[in-house]
Amino acid sequence: MYTLIAIAGLGIICLIAEIFNLRKAIVPITILGLLGSLALTVPDFGHYYRYFNSMVITNNFSAAFSCLFIILTIFLIALTPDFHKEHKAKLSDFVAIKLFLLTGAIAMVCFGNLAMFFLGIEILSIALYVLAASQPKNLKSNEAGMKYFLMGAFASGFILFGIALIYGATGSFDTSVIYGKILENQPMPAWYFIGIVMMSIGLLFKIAAVPFHFWAPDVYEGSPALTTATMSTLTKVAAIAAFFKLMTSLNLTVPGTYITIISIVSILSMTVGNITALVQTNVKRMLAFSGISHAGFMLMVFFNPIETPGTLLYYTAAYAFAGIAAFAVILSVCGDKGNEEVYNFNGLGKRNPLMAAVLTCSLLSMAGIPIFSGFFAKFFLFNQVLSTGHVAIVIIAILNSIVSVGYYFKLILAMYTKEATSEVQPTPVMYTIVAVLSIALNIAMGLQPDFVLGLLKI
Amino acid sequence: MDISFVLIILLFGAAASYFVGDKWASKAALIFSTAAFAATAYLTYKYTGGASVSYIKTWVENPMIILGFQADSLSLTMLLLTTALTPIIILATFRNSINNSRTFYALILFMAFAMAGTFVSVDGFVYYIFWELSLIPIYFISLLWGNGDWESRKKAVVKFFIYTFAGSLFMLVAFIYLYQKGGNFLNTTLYRAILTDKEQFFIFLAFFLAYAIKIPIIPFHTWQANVYQKSPTAGTMLLSGIMLKMAIYSIIRWQLPIAPKPATEYMYVFVGLGIAGVIYGSILALKQTDIKKLLAYSSLAHVGLIAAGAYTLTLDGIRGAFLQMLAHGFVVVGLFYAAEIISRRYATGEISEMGGIRVQTPKFASMFMILVLASVAMPLTFNFIGEFELLYSMAQTHIWFAVIAGTTIILGAFYMLKMFQQVMLGEQNAKPFADVTFGEAFVFIAIIAVLIFFGIYPKPITEFITPELERLVRIINRFN
Repeated sequence: MYTLIAIAGLGIICLIAEIFNLRKAIVPITILGLLGSLALTVPDFGHYYRYFNSMVITNNFSAAFSCLFIILTIFLIALTPDFHKEHKAKLSDFVAIKLFLLTGAIAMVCFGNLAMFFLGIEILSIALYVLAASQPKNLKSNEAGMKYFLMGAFASGFILFGIALIYGATGSFDTSVIYGKILENQPMPAWYFIGIVMMSIGLLFKIAAVPFHFWAPDVYEGSPALTTATMSTLTKVAAIAAFFKLMTSLNLTVPGTYITIISIVSILSMTVGNITALVQTNVKRMLAFSGISHAGFMLMVFFNPIETPGTLLYYTAAYAFAGIAAFAVILSVCGDKGNEEVYNFNGLGKRNPLMAAVLTCSLLSMAGIPIFSGFFAKFFLFNQVLSTGHVAIVIIAILNSIVSVGYYFKLILAMYTKEATSEVQPTPVMYTIVAVLSIALNIAMGLQPDFVLGLLKI
Repeated sequence: MDISFVLIILLFGAAASYFVGDKWASKAALIFSTAAFAATAYLTYKYTGGASVSYIKTWVENPMIILGFQADSLSLTMLLLTTALTPIIILATFRNSINNSRTFYALILFMAFAMAGTFVSVDGFVYYIFWELSLIPIYFISLLWGNGDWESRKKAVVKFFIYTFAGSLFMLVAFIYLYQKGGNFLNTTLYRAILTDKEQFFIFLAFFLAYAIKIPIIPFHTWQANVYQKSPTAGTMLLSGIMLKMAIYSIIRWQLPIAPKPATEYMYVFVGLGIAGVIYGSILALKQTDIKKLLAYSSLAHVGLIAAGAYTLTLDGIRGAFLQMLAHGFVVVGLFYAAEIISRRYATGEISEMGGIRVQTPKFASMFMILVLASVAMPLTFNFIGEFELLYSMAQTHIWFAVIAGTTIILGAFYMLKMFQQVMLGEQNAKPFADVTFGEAFVFIAIIAVLIFFGIYPKPITEFITPELERLVRIINRFN
């Protein structure tokens, strides 16, 4: 709760700092502020609090994911000044928008009321629409912003309609009241389930799961690279966490056909995402499709929702840290090239061994090679899913992991086996720090998985 | 001091080689690998004295993963093989000028670390991690320091990586599935897991996929010859000398005891596949014009025989497989080293361009000859003991197996001696060929000494491993 207020306040301070010409201090102050709010969040572990007539509920789940979001935002904000060095005047806007985005994300995991949930998802979305279109002179960025806005607005409509139907069926927005109503009135009217499905569609859109993924590649490619990093890490993680929380708090009575829907979406996302990624030559597009396939993996948590919150946290954290590290390298390599084609990475192994090593590690983590946490994430996930007896989907997931090696290695090969096509350019220190820290967190999670899993022990 | 100490030395050595810089990397790598060998030897001595040198600690609570490195006679023997071959392999690279050598040696030691971990892990999950971890260094070693042009090398190495990675993932599924039954990954728990015939069949198959690709057993061998040829010699030695032994060891340690029923039921299929590899490898070896490719196919034939022996499920077969693994490890490293010396001095791998070397280099020729003879299992060499036991076990299973597999000795003698004749004998070559230097001779003599010593007196090893193997064979045959 205090985290939410603190971060929203921090965003406003950012905007005011601009007025008082404190531009240089914005990023350090923000990062310190975020570290402070991280400290504010930690005491929430192990408690269950309700605020404002249960509009906001904090528990282990919300605390753990809030921490993850804050850490991701710290990384993203640390990357901001170097990325926007040509638009110094707008720095405070970029930082403030990211802070508001974080507020939305946190609201999405600690809601106790569907209204709060909707507020959260809208704050997050609107911040992203702005960020996607934040290069007004770039045609592609404009296209991305517009596309994302239209599609996103449509998805929000679905969510709203779903909420309305659920309200119609239960007479409340409060998740615990809704849950009580479900237990009392069996069977529920049909529109309750329609509402659930409509909300799922809206959220699957945000996660970019197949068949609601068509916006993702274009928007990822067109947006400024830092925004793409935000979308593919923070937004995706926030959306899947919110989806999980929503479904586990509303969905326990939804019939087994819902599992069928999820498994079809999950299989399609994995397969379509991976196979399309194989033929991409643009790194951002490739990561977009890889993100779609990872969304498919993450959806597998719904097969065993009682036991998997820890696994979901682990998977999303592993994926997001690897993603941030990868994007930090992409930013440093493609910063002023104007495109993100694979050939830009040719010879990076010689030009900048450290960054090449970081990118290799993060790709290996996404591919699921041991000792990187991506591997453990997949392992814990498969373990949970197998224990519910869904062998087929695990086999499909395994086959998809094999396919994914193909395109991750395309990039690794380009870095180490091709001759450089462009001259060396200095890497901003901040990019290096973020890349190394983020991959270090990823590896640390691989070495000590118990810590992260233990955060959400039941 | 326990067995994890050896792993730490190797891992620390990898880091040290990287950080001391290009100039000293090779020396640091040699020192640390020798230290690891010394530590292993000391631990083996302690183990034979009755002390326990295992290391067990819980790593993750849920799911239950135990960081366990167990030392029994089998894992210690394999650990000895790994740590003995690593310094030899490092020594064999000394004459080459290697660019970015600190990375190269760090990767070699890291690879040794991963392979050693594979041999000593008792927890299936930790074992799997080491198993996969060994793939990353060899990928980079073959890719970055290999021979031949970029495009074809890249294709071969990537194919190898994806192939083996794919196979291993099925093994991971099998492990997770077994975990659901047993509650942890310890091999003793997994041996006891109660499985239906169908479950055993699929688990066996999942393991088989991983091991058949790594060994390789036909029809999963297509990656092998190209990768052996295109890797740098150190990479080829690591692959053929140690890495493929990981798979054979795993058959004995994991696959057969966990799912013995399908192994018994379809024994003829698996032994048949192994023997088919023997014939196929031998015939292809006859046709090769590149010396490294010839050795690659001869290796395919030898490991086919080893796999076939292990799949007979008899004590003789499994012990033969074990002994032959050790013998083959040494001999194949020696042969690839000889090939490397020749092709380095002549700057070609084509057999037709060689010849007439013996006249110039009597020392090198005689040492190469001994290795060739050992490879075709001459009596008094270690390989003879192994091959004999393997053939004997096949005769116990079905006499025709022994007859067909026995052709490996004839075919092997044929192509190896033909190769030796073409490469070494004949009119003096126009190109000069310097005789072996002290360092090169040292490597050869070390290998030959091991081969001859255990060829004459194999008792220490057989006595060391037999009790443990008997126990495993009892577990494997628990359903009959």
